[in-house]
Parts: sequence; structure tokens; C-alpha cells
Amino acid sequence: MVDRIAIQGKLPVGAIDTRASGWWAMIFVIFTEASLFAYLLFSYFYLAVQPHLPGTFPEGGMPSLMLALPNTFILLLSSVAVGWAQFNIEHDDNRHLVAGLGIGAALGMVFLVLQYFEWAGKPFGLTSSSYSSLYFTVTGFHMAHVVVGVIILWSLFAWSLMGYFNRVRYAHIHIGALYWHFVDAVWLVVFFTFYITPLLGVTS
Amino acid sequence: MSTIADYERAPTVAGEGAHPALAEKLGRVWEAKPGIAGWLSTVDHKDIGIRYIITAFAFLIAGGVEALIFRLQLAGPNLHLLTPEQYDQLFTVHGMTMIFLYAGPVLSGFSNYLWPLLLGARDMALPRLNALSYWIYLCAGIFLYAAFAFGFGPNVGWFNYVPLAARAYNNGPNIDFYSLGMIILGISTTVGAINFIVTFLRLRAPGMSINRVPILVWGTLTASAANIFAIPAVSLAFFLLWMDRNLGTHFFDVPTGGSALLWQHLFWMFGHPWVYAIVLPAMGMVSDGLPVFCRRPLVGYTVVALATVATMVLGFGVWVHHMFATGLPSVSLSFFSAASLIIAVPSAVGVFAWIATIWTGRPILTTAFLFFASFIVLFTIGGVSGYMTGSVPVDLQLTDTYFIVAHIHYVLIGINVFPVVGATYFWFPKFTGKMMDERLGRWNFWTMFIGFNLGFFPMHISGLLGMPRRVYTFADGMGWDWLNFITTLGSFVFAAGVLLFIINVMVSYRRGRTAGDNPWDAPTLEWATTSPPPPYNFVVIPTVASRHPLWEGRLGKSDSQERSTVSTGLVLDHGRETVGTTPLDAQPNIILKMPKDSYAPVILALTLTAIFTGLVLHLWWLAIAGALASGLDIIGWLWPEVALGETREPANG
Repeated sequence: MVDRIAIQGKLPVGAIDTRASGWWAMIFVIFTEASLFAYLLFSYFYLAVQPHLPGTFPEGGMPSLMLALPNTFILLLSSVAVGWAQFNIEHDDNRHLVAGLGIGAALGMVFLVLQYFEWAGKPFGLTSSSYSSLYFTVTGFHMAHVVVGVIILWSLFAWSLMGYFNRVRYAHIHIGALYWHFVDAVWLVVFFTFYITPLLGVTS
Repeated sequence: MSTIADYERAPTVAGEGAHPALAEKLGRVWEAKPGIAGWLSTVDHKDIGIRYIITAFAFLIAGGVEALIFRLQLAGPNLHLLTPEQYDQLFTVHGMTMIFLYAGPVLSGFSNYLWPLLLGARDMALPRLNALSYWIYLCAGIFLYAAFAFGFGPNVGWFNYVPLAARAYNNGPNIDFYSLGMIILGISTTVGAINFIVTFLRLRAPGMSINRVPILVWGTLTASAANIFAIPAVSLAFFLLWMDRNLGTHFFDVPTGGSALLWQHLFWMFGHPWVYAIVLPAMGMVSDGLPVFCRRPLVGYTVVALATVATMVLGFGVWVHHMFATGLPSVSLSFFSAASLIIAVPSAVGVFAWIATIWTGRPILTTAFLFFASFIVLFTIGGVSGYMTGSVPVDLQLTDTYFIVAHIHYVLIGINVFPVVGATYFWFPKFTGKMMDERLGRWNFWTMFIGFNLGFFPMHISGLLGMPRRVYTFADGMGWDWLNFITTLGSFVFAAGVLLFIINVMVSYRRGRTAGDNPWDAPTLEWATTSPPPPYNFVVIPTVASRHPLWEGRLGKSDSQERSTVSTGLVLDHGRETVGTTPLDAQPNIILKMPKDSYAPVILALTLTAIFTGLVLHLWWLAIAGALASGLDIIGWLWPEVALGETREPANG
């Protein structure tokens, strides 16, 4: 009776590649997080085009790229390291999986340290103006995501050290990595908004 | 080197009667622990669904009592039962309760209970996340109501406009509680929505391709997809407001470069999609329930499913129609007016499909049918008043009057409460194994229907006569007196109808007639299992060949010449398991290991609530401790488990 839908032969069991439920869940976590950043940046542009006194948006003139630009590359490199870790586990190379995750997490922490100096170097505080509120809130939201990402990467690092994964069972690695790539990608958008668009004249 | 073959198994296919011990074994595997331990740790979607429904109804009663109190205040001119301050809190908490704590969650409850049964699965795709979503909802409700109990309920209307909600005009903690409570609730809605989407994509029974899923599933799926994109807007808006009020930022503060309209944009970018999120699943209930009592399939399945999705897509482009009176450029008004009017098209598709189903069917006038059919009438009235206010000049005349209050109640009660009560009459036998009383049901229906129209229809007229909403009393001689008196009268009749419903539920639960598996002779999979269903839902996983697996015999050939089978299928008894299928065609491609019961969700809900309690009381140590505890809970939750097939050791032989 069951013709075309016959269950022939074997089916894999458990968390396997993109068939793991967690992988799908992460896709939609990323959709909702991306929406959050879209609304943050909507708020930025919405306030940017309101009338402002000269020199208050961005406050203190054009933002400096001194730290922000190299830091962007650090975050991108960290994504590359995590991508390399993913490649390694698919080839059953657990040692280099651990290395890739460790490098990725460490670079994420370097990003956080440089962001701290970037914040400390600003001549304004959270409450100075609508620009300063936006600046610290949006970059703060991003840093919170980096902190979560770094914790995820160190957890995966520990679990990999414990030898939990191999070239078939790596769903955790790919799900965590997906989140990390998202955190890095969203930084590019935040960076473009705060550091590049003022140079293009997108303020009042 | 290990290969995928090391992790494969050929699942057994058998008839459910083939192994008498099978049901007993599955029962052992899937049953929750007895007592309080099982109550706190269960991840069974049926338990969670029932909890959602009961909690949501508790909030419906609370919100209803609030409304009755301020209707007494408004029964005549110049009454002083309530002070203006009390009135402000009552009408705001009423709106917050009905829209956020009742209307959304009650639909989540029905969908949680019904989805795996409709789809032929053993649970939702992410059972622990499901439990988390309920516990966070409960915590958010308690958080918001605790504030109200101490006199700190929100007090500037449910959409909480700045600058009235800003610190300068609202010095108490009221708005802080509202802001943070809404963020907690947003987490619950978001994780619930993710769960529905993943369940839809992965857990449909073999053969249930996307053109064979019940419309309720389309409704909840569409609402969930919308929530994914819409909830961040309101959570962010409330967080920014909390920062403005507590940390001195300048998002909504005009003199320092902020904008009061930014609040309105963020709120309604969420708010309008949310309106559809709390009606589309209810429309889905009608689309699935009504045809059963018309003894024929729904007319126009495909266009109804497409109209559901189209309504939602358009729903993201209409938020400015809540802001027509704020002085926006006319090009913006024209665009959003046109977009709002276009929504009439997919809405009408649904209405005509339901009417045609009744017209061409052989209606059986059960209580459930009466509720479903009356929904069509109320939806049409609410739709027409919505269409009217979609036009800018009309809206400029009617905005902030009782006409808008009439509109929102016709759509929310008409499209949410009436279908939900109908759905309870329809699915109560499945939930409990007992039938609800039909005679009491008639009384219940007519009291609610007459009371509702008596209470809310006159609001259209008082609105057209210029009565503004949200004022605690009114002067006499305005021509509003008798309209308000009738409205108050109607609201009490309506409340009596709701009371009859609750009495019927309680009496039928104790003394109702035994239902049997399929008392309505309905076509979908939930009626193929026992009433109430066992913890594992189905002894063997059904295979689906049409939209109406249980009606195939009488509908002639199914759409694929094959027959669905519900008594023969995959056995899957190596621990908690269900089958994962491909997103479009539902071809089996994996055996998914399902988690055991767990305390992690209830603990995480508490630690997350601790974070927000710390923030609202400025107990920063509590917020930090809550965050650390939440982090540890999540790491423990996600720790790779052998039993879930997440590590290199094979999960089973």
C-alpha cells in the first residue's frame, strides 16, 4: 500500500549535518538576530536624517578608522580560522579542529580588547547626544554578541578536546560556527554604518 | 575512519497491532515522571499546550474583569467609581493582557497541542525549547502582573507612546516593569516561533508534502515566521525606552536629537504584523474545523493557504496606517493607505472560501459550527471598519475615537476569541476524551454573540459622534450617554457568556459523554489516535497520501492514487525517536533522537527573569548573577549527549 513513500534501506540516526534540528533552529535564530540589527540600524539612519546642530552627528566629527579598520580584519580572520576548523573536522582531523576553534576564539577576544580601547578613546559618553547613545548601544549590542560567540567557541574547543566529534558527528561545530560567522558578518554592516556612511555624507 | 554508515539503522515498518508490547514500551519511554518532578521537567507538547491554554484563559478572565470595572465607570456621564489614575492603569493593563498575555499565547497553546498530532509526529522538533517558551511566558505574565498588584501597572495605553512614557512625564517604575516584562515575553514568543518553523520543515509525517498540511499549520507557520522578524522591533523599542528612562540615553528625546516618532515606527513595525500573528492561526482553526461540520473539504485550499501567507507579507508594509495623524509626508500616507486597502483582497479570499464551504456543504449546527460561522460575520464587520480607517481622510476623522476601539474588538474578539471557543468545542474531545455539553453550548454561544454585538457595535456610533477613547469619564449632553449604557450592558452579557463557557468546560471535563477517537468523523491525523492521545501520540508513524487521510475512502481517489496509512508505519522504539523528513516533499531522511525530560528549561526561565528583575530594581548583582546562571544552564543544556546522537559514539546498535 505504501508505494512511493516506502522506507527503503537505512536512515542515519541522531544529529547529522544539516539534518540536525539544531542546525535549522540556528538558521532562524540568525534571522531574528539579523532583524534586531536591522531595527538598530533603522534607528540610526532615522535619527541621522533628523535636523541636528552642526558637528553633533556624528559627534566629534568623522569617526577614526585607526582601530576600527584593523579590528574588522581581526574579526574576519577569526571567521576564517573557524571555517578552517569546520574543514578539519569534516576530514576527521580533530587536532586541527581544536586549533582552529582556539585561534578563532582568541581572535574574538582580541577584537573585544581593541573595542574596549576604541570605546575608551571616544571624547563623548553614552548620554552626550542621540549619536553617542546610538553609537554605544549598537556597538554594545554587537560586543554582547561577540561575548556570546566567544563563549560558544571556547565550549566547542573544550568539547573537541574531549574528543566528542568526528567527521560524521560534528553538528555542534557547524551550528556554533554558523552563529560566529553571523556575528562577524553583522559587524561588517555595523562598521559600514558607523564608520563609512558619515564619510559618504549620510547625515544631516 | 568512521563513515555515515556507522550511524545508520534500517527502521522497522510494522502494523500497530503487530507487536502488542510496542505500545507499552513506547509508554515507558515517553511518559513523564509522576508528581512534581515530572510536572516541572516534562517536555510533552500536549502538557505544554494545555498549560498554555489554561494560563492564557486565566489572563483572559483577569483582562475581562478589568474591562467590566471600567465599563461600570463609563456606564453614565460624570461617574467617579475610579480615579483617572486608576482608570489609566486599568485600561492599559486590559490591553496588555488581552493582546500580549491572552491572544498570542492561547493560539500557541492550541498549536503546541495539535501540531505534532496534525503532522503525525511524536513531539515538536525542539521539545525542551517548547517547555522553555511556556515557562518564560508564565514568568513574564507574573512579572507584569506583580507590578500591577503593587500599583505599578503600565498607564499610558498598551502602545505606550513617548513622550508620555518618558521619565519626565511618568516618574514611577510602571513603564520600566512594562518595558522589561515585554522583553521577557518577546523571548518566549521568539523561541516558540522558531520551534514551530523547524517542526514544520522537519517533522511532517512521510508523504505530507506542503500541499497536504492542514490550514491551521499554515496559519501558525505564517504567524511564527512573522514573529521572527517582528518581535525584535518591539523588544528593541522597549529596551531603548528603558535606557532612556534609566541610563539617560536620547533615543526618543526630541531636544537632544532623538525622535518621538521613532518609538511609533518601531512599535508598529512590530504591532501590525502581530495583529495578523494573533488572528491567522485562529482563521486556520476555522478553515480546518468548519469543513468538518459542513461534511466536505474546505473550498479553495490552495488559495486560502496562499492568502494566509499574502496577508502576512502585506502586513509588514502597512504599519504607518497607525500613524496617519502624526503629520507624515503625503507620499508616505498614500503608499501605506494603498497597501492597507490591498489587504482586503486576501482577507476576502478567506471569507468567500468559508461561505462557499458552508453553501456547498451539508452544515450540522453544532456549537462549534455556530462559533466558526459567526466568526465570518464578525470578521467581515471588523474588516469593513478596518478598510474604512485604511483611507487617510476617514482615519483623520476617526483616529483616537471609539470607532477604533470598536474595530479592534471586532477583529480581536471576532477573529480570536470566537474561533478559540469554537476550537475548544471542536478539540475538547481530543484533549480530554469527553464531549462538551451541546445544550449549554447553545446558551453559551447565543449569550456571547448577543452580548458581544450589544457591547461593541454601539462603539462605532459613539466614535462617529466624536467620543474620544482613553478618557476616564465624559460630560452629559453629548449624545453618548445611552450608547455607553448599552455598551456596559452588553459587556456584562458577554462576560456571562464567557462564564457559561467556563462552566461548560468544567462540567464536561467531569461528567461529559465519552468521546471516542473520532467523534466528529473528522479527516485529519489527530483523530486517528486515542482521545486523549498517549504520550508518544502514534504507535507507528503514519504515512500520508492526501489532505484528508481519514476521508480517503469516501472522497474517491486521493490526489496521488495512493492511500494514507495510519495503522502501519515506522516503529521507531529505540528510546525517544521520531522521523525527520525533507522540507518540501516530506521524504524520510533521518531518525531524530528526541530529548528526555529536563529541568534546564524551567531553571533558565527563572534565571532569565532574575536578570530582568535585577534590571528593573537596579539590583545589578542580581542581573549579573542571573546572566551567569543562564549561561551555565545553556552550556549544560547543549552539552553533547550520546543518547541524542550528538557525539562520536553510536547512539544505538
